[in-house]
Amino acid sequence: MFRPYTPKGDVQKKPYHTDRFYVPKEIAQEPITDEIVKDDLEKLERAIGDTKSFFMRNEAIVYVPAPKNKEALALLRSLGYEQLMELSAIDYLATRGELEVFYELLSAVKNRRLRLKVVIKEKEAIESVADMWRSANWSERECYDMFGVIFNNHPRLSRILMPDDWNGHPLLRSYPLQGDEFARWYEVDKIYGKEFREKIGEENRDPARVDRNDTRNFARLGYEVGVGEAPKDEITPIKYVEKRSIVLYDDFDPQKQKVLDKRK
Amino acid sequence: MAKHQIDYLSSGGLPIALTTVDKLVNWGRSNSLWFLTYGLACCAIEMMASGGGRFDFDRLGTIFRASPRQAEVMCIAGTVSKKHAPFVRRLYDQMAEPKWVISMGSCANTGGLFNTYATVQGVDRIIPVDIYLPGCAPRPDTLIYAAMMLQRKIRSEPMNRKISAKRFV
Repeated sequence: MFRPYTPKGDVQKKPYHTDRFYVPKEIAQEPITDEIVKDDLEKLERAIGDTKSFFMRNEAIVYVPAPKNKEALALLRSLGYEQLMELSAIDYLATRGELEVFYELLSAVKNRRLRLKVVIKEKEAIESVADMWRSANWSERECYDMFGVIFNNHPRLSRILMPDDWNGHPLLRSYPLQGDEFARWYEVDKIYGKEFREKIGEENRDPARVDRNDTRNFARLGYEVGVGEAPKDEITPIKYVEKRSIVLYDDFDPQKQKVLDKRK
Repeated sequence: MAKHQIDYLSSGGLPIALTTVDKLVNWGRSNSLWFLTYGLACCAIEMMASGGGRFDFDRLGTIFRASPRQAEVMCIAGTVSKKHAPFVRRLYDQMAEPKWVISMGSCANTGGLFNTYATVQGVDRIIPVDIYLPGCAPRPDTLIYAAMMLQRKIRSEPMNRKISAKRFV
């Protein structure tokens, strides 16, 4: 039993992955089969108009026009979807140039769940539902904080997770994970002022970084001096100390070493 | 003539201890370190455990205080978020001199695994740190060891040492 031979000469040249990120397949949209949900969504269509609804993995999803979000939610609430479980947004700005705000509803009476979605442009305002559900108050603030969605008639639309004077909306996909210029200097600017940036220095984002000249925290790597000697600036030449101690090995000579231009 | 007078010279010395003012004051200081607890994340659980009966932090004379006015050691235990950084600095400023800081755990030391926009990448960016305590999270005995190192540091420095200008301001 032998494994069939495949040429391995160019294995190093081939990248392991062509896609850096896994892009999942779009989930199929199925027609709504559940009678109760179908009935409710037909009522919604008659009252609001211009809705689009389907099943996705047995979850009912309905799109309504953005200006009518409160109207639609009020109707669904009167139909028994009395709990707002979750409210947030999804960033599709890069692919479609829009955000989706979603409302997860639960009807304990009907034992059904429903997801209402609204498509908006970036920084477009929609109506707040904080007076209908108290849980929407914080959720909308969080949505505003992290995505920049503005909710009209919200009792207090201010940041909730990030500081009040924060710049940018961190859950947008365009926001860098390690923060923009503002985020990198936030605490320094706030506590000391911008003039102390140089003195305090950049954040260390590289966990493997070793500062050879940092004598305060760690060793003087590469700049070693003998006991009692004053520190010096020039690099201590590294030489292999043992002379011909092992027969088979040659001494390491930094003059003779060669840096290859490319991998063999 | 008292017949039963104790012969001090033969029984271990006179009842007099010779010391310096430095040593006396540092002895007092180092054996009553009062910690301003700054529990922010999981390290705080370890800090609480070290205060509990099993590890018994009190035997070093340490007492956890919730007020900066009566505390002299600030133990930053956990992840410092950027939103929280100004408050850490404010409480540090409210502590009376002399004061020391222990940075407990990877998050307080370097931001730890939170290499993100919202976390301070090392609490030494906002307050000067005396002891960096490695680990994620460090066990209570590590914190006790850090307290002992701090005691050693306090005992070795002059009582009225010139309090050096803080690192950044």
